[in-house]
Amino acid sequence: MKFGIVVFPGSHGQTDCHYVFEQILQEPVTYLWHAEEDLQGVDCVIIPGGYAYGNYLRAGAIARFAPLMEQVIAFGKKGGLILGICNGFQILTEAGLLPGALIRNPSLRFQCQNTYLRVEQTETPFTNLCEQKEVVKMPIAHEEGGFVTDKETLERLEKEGRVILRYCNEQGEVTPESNPNGSLHNIAGIVNEQGNILGMMPHPERCVEAILGGEDGKKIFNSLVAWWQGGAGR
Amino acid sequence: MKEGFWREMGLSDDEYELIKEILQREPNEVELGMFGVMWSEHCSYKNSKNVLKQFPTTGPQVLQGPGENAGVVDIGDGQAVAFKLESHNHPSAIEPYQGAATGVGGIVRDIFTMGARPIASLNSLRFGSLKSKKTRYLFKGVVAGIAGYGNCMGIPTVAGEVYFHPSYEENCLVNAMCVGFMKHEDLAKGLATGPGNPVFLAGARTGRDGIHGATFASEEISEATEERRPTVQAGDPFMEKLLLEACLEVLKTGYVLGMQDLGAAGLTSSSCEMASRAGTGIEMDVAKVPCREEGMTPYEILLSESQERMLFVVQKGKEEEVRAIFEKWDLEVTIVGQVTADGLMTIKEGAEIVAQIPAQALTELCPRYDRETQEPEYLAQAQGYDLGALPEMEDYGKVLLTLLGTPTIASKEWVFNQFDYQGGTNTVVPPGSDAAVLRVKGYNKGIALTVDGNSRYVYLDPYRGGQIAVAEAARNLVCAGAQPLALTDCLNFGNPEKPEIFWQFKEAVAGMSEACRQLETPVVGGNVSFYNETKGEAIYPTPVVGMVGLVEDLAQVTTLGFKQEEDLIILLGQNKDELGASTYLSVIHGLEAGKSPEIDLELEKQVQQATLELIKMGLALSAHDCSEGGLAVALAECCLAGKMGAEIALTENIRPSSILFGESQSRIIISIHKSKIDTVLQHLKKLQVPSKVLGSVGGEVLSIAGSGWKVKVELAEMEEKYWRAIPCLMKG
Amino acid sequence: MFKAVVTITFKKSILDPQGSAVHKALKSLGYQEVEDVRMGKHVEILLRGEKRQEAETQVKEMCSRLLANPIIEDYQVELAEVEV
Repeated sequence: MKFGIVVFPGSHGQTDCHYVFEQILQEPVTYLWHAEEDLQGVDCVIIPGGYAYGNYLRAGAIARFAPLMEQVIAFGKKGGLILGICNGFQILTEAGLLPGALIRNPSLRFQCQNTYLRVEQTETPFTNLCEQKEVVKMPIAHEEGGFVTDKETLERLEKEGRVILRYCNEQGEVTPESNPNGSLHNIAGIVNEQGNILGMMPHPERCVEAILGGEDGKKIFNSLVAWWQGGAGR
Repeated sequence: MKEGFWREMGLSDDEYELIKEILQREPNEVELGMFGVMWSEHCSYKNSKNVLKQFPTTGPQVLQGPGENAGVVDIGDGQAVAFKLESHNHPSAIEPYQGAATGVGGIVRDIFTMGARPIASLNSLRFGSLKSKKTRYLFKGVVAGIAGYGNCMGIPTVAGEVYFHPSYEENCLVNAMCVGFMKHEDLAKGLATGPGNPVFLAGARTGRDGIHGATFASEEISEATEERRPTVQAGDPFMEKLLLEACLEVLKTGYVLGMQDLGAAGLTSSSCEMASRAGTGIEMDVAKVPCREEGMTPYEILLSESQERMLFVVQKGKEEEVRAIFEKWDLEVTIVGQVTADGLMTIKEGAEIVAQIPAQALTELCPRYDRETQEPEYLAQAQGYDLGALPEMEDYGKVLLTLLGTPTIASKEWVFNQFDYQGGTNTVVPPGSDAAVLRVKGYNKGIALTVDGNSRYVYLDPYRGGQIAVAEAARNLVCAGAQPLALTDCLNFGNPEKPEIFWQFKEAVAGMSEACRQLETPVVGGNVSFYNETKGEAIYPTPVVGMVGLVEDLAQVTTLGFKQEEDLIILLGQNKDELGASTYLSVIHGLEAGKSPEIDLELEKQVQQATLELIKMGLALSAHDCSEGGLAVALAECCLAGKMGAEIALTENIRPSSILFGESQSRIIISIHKSKIDTVLQHLKKLQVPSKVLGSVGGEVLSIAGSGWKVKVELAEMEEKYWRAIPCLMKG
Repeated sequence: MFKAVVTITFKKSILDPQGSAVHKALKSLGYQEVEDVRMGKHVEILLRGEKRQEAETQVKEMCSRLLANPIIEDYQVELAEVEV
């Protein structure tokens, strides 16, 4: 399964993701430069974290107009797998591939910390190796991670089972205390209508090795590969 | 020249005479401005250079010592780390967010200028009391500024320290450190070699910001300087990220012969330092410099401290290849001049020469001063305070809780949770431990990083305080399982023209040098920040040490937290009756008095070596040094990090206040599996290191028993104080 | 030449954390009268052209495409003719 990692001038999660695919998953991986228009035949597009264009104006606002993004949008609309992490999630909402927006944390501070997430859906390309309601531990690192949207969209997201990850406590209870950034309904990750595009604020690529404090992130990446091998890739 | 104009440039009458002698004529206004900034303390180290000569700067591990943009040490396998610590105190005191942000920006540029990719940042911060509104404003702004810049760059901020003390109320300290990773062959230097080669300027446009920042940093803060807020520059971390990527890419081509960032004194210092180091000259046309504002004069262009700019010399004929890389990163790049053989800085505006000065006159010929020294009056009285007469307290459990809730000791989670400390996925030990550890991807090794400096020790005995600063930094690294390699320093002091201040400075440097020699950790770079005074009141003398160590095997990485129930707790080193200069005295009795703790560097070395050996043998499961708050606080920190209690019995005949909270040096607490006790004790005996079993890990209570007294504190109570103190104060 | 001043604020329905923080701060300074605070962005755009209608259409397009995120933000445009 070939992964492609989008690189904007101010991205910085790309090398962390590259390391995961090359060294941990041992799957083919390539960088996709923002100014180019070729997705190089990848099977899954990763939009990594960082500050694509300095996150000036709004995080992700300028990035969506990059030449490569047109291809990414078309790829996503055709059902191609896309995973947006942190700034990648912000870019996906700005590009209209995912609903809602991510606003400043109520603390008004950048927050780097571990969070617990409850896996709400397991029949997805991104979480099929997780147990239903499994609690996973992944770090967040952002200043603008509060997921907001209008009431109707929120209801739809819930009804259609498109909320994939929710902030919770260690026991898996979704509580206000376990919500680090004021996200509506403790939302940490959602998919689009077709279910092929996931945006999430936590960083799975930062927790794929025990030496860094956890391996839960691997479940996301391994799910993608399993999904691909299980049929999507044939 | 207008009578006395040079004084406005920060030059003395004698210095002005010397300039005339060098030039064999009167300087014009532009030239005088260039001398003014280059001969400021900030750029020239004219007051400190003679003293700094004492530092040992060499060793087999040193690839680049002081004098370049950063020091570089070998970490094996053809790899190296570049690192440097630098102050940005004055700008941060005026505009905390931008001051701190641009401080990070400046030190990051110093690192990638050397050809290294920045992989970690650290910081050492000093503020007044958190009870004051002004301090909270400064603290909040500085932390957000560091976070804002570093996080955007994608450089993890992995460690740091924060002290709160009234002496910094009006003059906070912001020392930022950056660490970069490189292969030996990537080492780049700031040399303007090869006459005829073009000189490029890349990055942000030049504006009127920060003119005379270097001179500003070389005087005391007053109401007048507060009004100079506009001279503080604003940072653009996104621009810096682009500059970083473009510079590292262009260095790889081999077409760049020398590179130097524009920091204090802007274009003037970067160009003349590059020429001076190479023994060449540079001819530059300021009309070619892209400006952000219209109508900028040569003087303004030469002295502007606009951020995110880089100057470099390119092999003639490779201009287009270099230009293409910068354009790929959407950066403006311009040829502003060329290297010359005449050793002169020739500044033109179009065809007209507006300044011409020998490059070395601006750097090497700056006069050096041996300032007068005098022991300060406060010292004898403070040291002589009769601590024996102090009453013992009734409830030492309460004292322990108070100390754990003191901002200087309490958890700094509020700070480091604002830093993206995991980016790069190398952070094995995150902030909150004795030292941070980063792995080297693809190898089973890592580097350990720490930054340290207790100014109370220096205030009460600068020589010992200097020794301790170095020793403690090394001890922190050892506790993480690393062999200390080398250090960078940032020496923050008051006005060096005052004999008492200069005495503190000289003594502290002498003490640091002695410790560096004994512990074999040379100084490979650093920075001096004088004039940290407000209304005549100096800060506590604050030398800060940033140290780098090598973890040979990642399995050796050790942290402070106790690991499992029933493990035995062992103290390496000796408990003594030393309460002087302690946090206990300051917090509980409001006393900044007594003698700083003694330090025997021979013993220090033994304790460190023994700890490292026990870690390498897999015997020491946790390690933590005793510092602020003494043995009791150190034990509490081990409990807090491990989320388990401990039962301790102390047998020395030392009064409880001293043994619990005295800050005797060269002590490390380790924990071991109980089955290994004989092996460990035998080994320690063989090494002739004083040690004793303190007790064992377990339960939900920390209890410490002495002869006839006992302290018992619940883990939950300690947690409440330790974790909540700073967030609570910041809410208020 | 026209100068457009664009003011972007959060929609009423969206929590504005910065605005709430400033609101609290103003209250703690004693301004009890403060009912609400909304923070926003202020953008000044100089654009060539002679027809007001065209300029206005253009600026509104800029707002909906880039300057504001219609999911969370409202914007207002003020346009004035200026001397070159």
